[in-house]
Amino acid sequence: MSGQSTYQPQNPVMKWIERRLPIGGLIHSSFVAYPTPRNLNYWWTFGGILSFLLGAQIITGIVLVMHYTPHADMAFKSVEHIMRDVNYGWLLRYLHSNGASMFFVAVYIHMFRGMYYGSYKEPRELLWILGVILYLLMMATGFLGYTLPWGQMSFWGATVITNFFSAIPGVGEAVVTWLWGGYSVGNPTLQRFFSLHYLLPFVIAGVVVLHIWALHVVGQNNPTGIEPQTEKDVVRFTPYATSKDSFMMVAFCIVYAWFVFYTPNFLGHADNYVPANPAVTPTHIVPEWYYLPFYAILRAIPSKLLGVTALVGSIVILAFLPWLDTSKVRSARYRPLYRQFFWLFVLVCIGLGWLGAKPAEGGYVTAARILTFYYFAHFIIILPLLGKFEKAKPLPKSISESVLGKAGAAVAVLAIALSVLMLPKAAIAQGHEHDTPAPPQLKWSFSGPFGKYDQAQLQRGFKIYREVCATCHSLEYISFRNLAEPGGPGYSSAQAATVAAEYKIKDGPNDAGDMFERPGRLADAFPKPFANDAIARATYGGSVPPDLSVMAKARTYERGFPQFVFDMFTQYQEQGPDYIAALIKGYEDAPKGMQMPSGMSYNKYFSGHMIGMPPPLQAGQVTFDDGSPTTIDQYSQDISAFLMWTAEPHLNERKRLGFQVMIFLIVLSGLLYFTKKKVWADAH
Amino acid sequence: MTTVSATEHTRRDFLYIATGAVGAVGAAAVLVPLVTQMNPDASTIAAGAPIEVDLAPITEGQVIKVFWRGKPIFVGHRTKKEIDEARKADLSKLKDPQADQKRVKEGKDQWLVLVGICTHLGCIPLAHAGKYDGFFCPCHGSQYDSSGRIVEGPAPYNLPLPPYEFLSDTKIRIG
Repeated sequence: MSGQSTYQPQNPVMKWIERRLPIGGLIHSSFVAYPTPRNLNYWWTFGGILSFLLGAQIITGIVLVMHYTPHADMAFKSVEHIMRDVNYGWLLRYLHSNGASMFFVAVYIHMFRGMYYGSYKEPRELLWILGVILYLLMMATGFLGYTLPWGQMSFWGATVITNFFSAIPGVGEAVVTWLWGGYSVGNPTLQRFFSLHYLLPFVIAGVVVLHIWALHVVGQNNPTGIEPQTEKDVVRFTPYATSKDSFMMVAFCIVYAWFVFYTPNFLGHADNYVPANPAVTPTHIVPEWYYLPFYAILRAIPSKLLGVTALVGSIVILAFLPWLDTSKVRSARYRPLYRQFFWLFVLVCIGLGWLGAKPAEGGYVTAARILTFYYFAHFIIILPLLGKFEKAKPLPKSISESVLGKAGAAVAVLAIALSVLMLPKAAIAQGHEHDTPAPPQLKWSFSGPFGKYDQAQLQRGFKIYREVCATCHSLEYISFRNLAEPGGPGYSSAQAATVAAEYKIKDGPNDAGDMFERPGRLADAFPKPFANDAIARATYGGSVPPDLSVMAKARTYERGFPQFVFDMFTQYQEQGPDYIAALIKGYEDAPKGMQMPSGMSYNKYFSGHMIGMPPPLQAGQVTFDDGSPTTIDQYSQDISAFLMWTAEPHLNERKRLGFQVMIFLIVLSGLLYFTKKKVWADAH
Repeated sequence: MTTVSATEHTRRDFLYIATGAVGAVGAAAVLVPLVTQMNPDASTIAAGAPIEVDLAPITEGQVIKVFWRGKPIFVGHRTKKEIDEARKADLSKLKDPQADQKRVKEGKDQWLVLVGICTHLGCIPLAHAGKYDGFFCPCHGSQYDSSGRIVEGPAPYNLPLPPYEFLSDTKIRIG
């Protein structure tokens, strides 16, 4: 620890404060003069990155709450309101939702670093346990936050996770009812989850203070695992650690910004753009990628109570790590056997994550059982025995003997982090049934880092919507004014007002107390083609034609390995429009032997192949002023592009801003890298 | 520690200043979305579009309230007496002198359209109340005359006029 502070303020005001509240001295001793081992490598910068991410999540979260409505009937709509109407709302929401994923990337690296270098060993046991508590709090916060948009995955995630508690013998059901505040997940559940999601980050911040306090009492571990002995073994926190941490923080932000601006929905689930529906469970329900290993453990065990116990145990066991690892040597650098078991353990965790995204059937379950057994064996059998039998390599005499980690380490960190992110996605993709062909990948003007909507195409798509789709499908999150907004079809305000005036909007009551119809205004949303869902069901053969506002983000198709890895780099985000275009063209005669119920049509690309919507478009049905061909190919592309715009109206702005942010971050990280080099030049 | 030469010093200083400056620009840029998100959003702005008010049902002496951009707008049909009082008032005695002719549209002397928010601290004054046949704010006792001008009390200005125009003799558009 810092010991006595050497902080001596010169300024009389600071002197006056310091005598009464020595906060300057505290900051100085903790973040300036604090001695940090000189051999820390880049793996040690993730603590700082995590603090930064916690701050970023709290700030973006507080801002989102200013616009979000925690009510089952309004939550989904308010999130769409944030994405569409709030100034920079799309940016703030994408920062927050991708920030959660980045938070877990960083925490997993941070945890594995602690395991590799034995950072949990005496006297850092409590520091480690506080870390495990932080991780648990993060998991709870992440889960609660994921329920708030109240989409399909939110609702069913909440249902499945809360049902864990029903495994408790005797009182399980009562506990679950208490958690829900009702007999099923509903509005009371959402409201309490919202309250807790707001609370927990501040609890995390409090425990972070304890975590850092404990760290500053016992001092940082380092890659050699031996304690600093002389002044030569340490450097001051500022400027040495600060410059290094700042560089990595900004470098990490490049990855973060890539997701936010170019592939913002890559780590999410398309199903969560479908509003919560208590009557239908999504066919493939999986948690967010960061919970997948634990989900695999849960499903590996064929007993409800034991499965939940194993899941909880797999996290709680981490807290006992300081005593399960019996070796006196900290760093895996000097433990040749442990090093191999460590990497095996990392692979097992990734493997479990992969299995967590697979359907729980056949060989996957067997594999999950083997890996689950190994996961626990690592802690209960391997680590205790290893300490007794392993012959450690000779430790260096002091830290100054060792050398600094290379910058390559940082690249490796990111590469590993990304591959961890990717694997479960592959599993999800491959998990689907294979009789539905993948839609062909079309060329879109809005794909790639410089993609933009084609105004003429959006106008053609809008014409198709009005003349054909609008008969059955609503567009409830789109207002007439949107047609004149920048980045859209490029109509003038007057043109949009003319369009609006052609619609009849129900309004009222008037002075006489009657409802009446009036021409639409710019501020009105597109009216629904049916008065309510029941009428729609009666009219359209039993099913409600879905709203099309976010359709292009709510539909996807399997990409498979290794396609999905490339998707992240090529920024392929057009699964939705590709699927919609394919669906429109995918009508065929049903294969022989397949009985089609009346009112159903056969569609090659529709899951299950039986679709209630008859072939919607025929060649020549809609004519274009710009002389574009009136073919189904043209129609299907134009309407899909239009629906992409309705789903993501700020795409142009997102990509434009993303380019600026990327350039800025690259310049800043370059400068910080050279600053760090200069600072460290005299320390080597 | 090794000694550093003067030239190295300047080069190093430049690097530090450049890094700090670029970082500061970034921090300032981050503030832009965080601050502007609190401005009215697109749906609020769209909902603040002009509204039309039918004057036909408003009888002489009546004041109605309509809402425009969340603000109460008073539309009053003044009596002859109220108009005369407003015209005869001694402007030099008023805090915020303004002729009544400037507060109504020409030829429509009977129609008084005001933002019904006290210029003191935002309460809503009562119509047909107070000592001057106009408006009286119950919160802190501001008295307005039949032209909506402040006569006494803590309010510093007259009741403001919203932008409006006559579409016909019996219809106005506010906003």
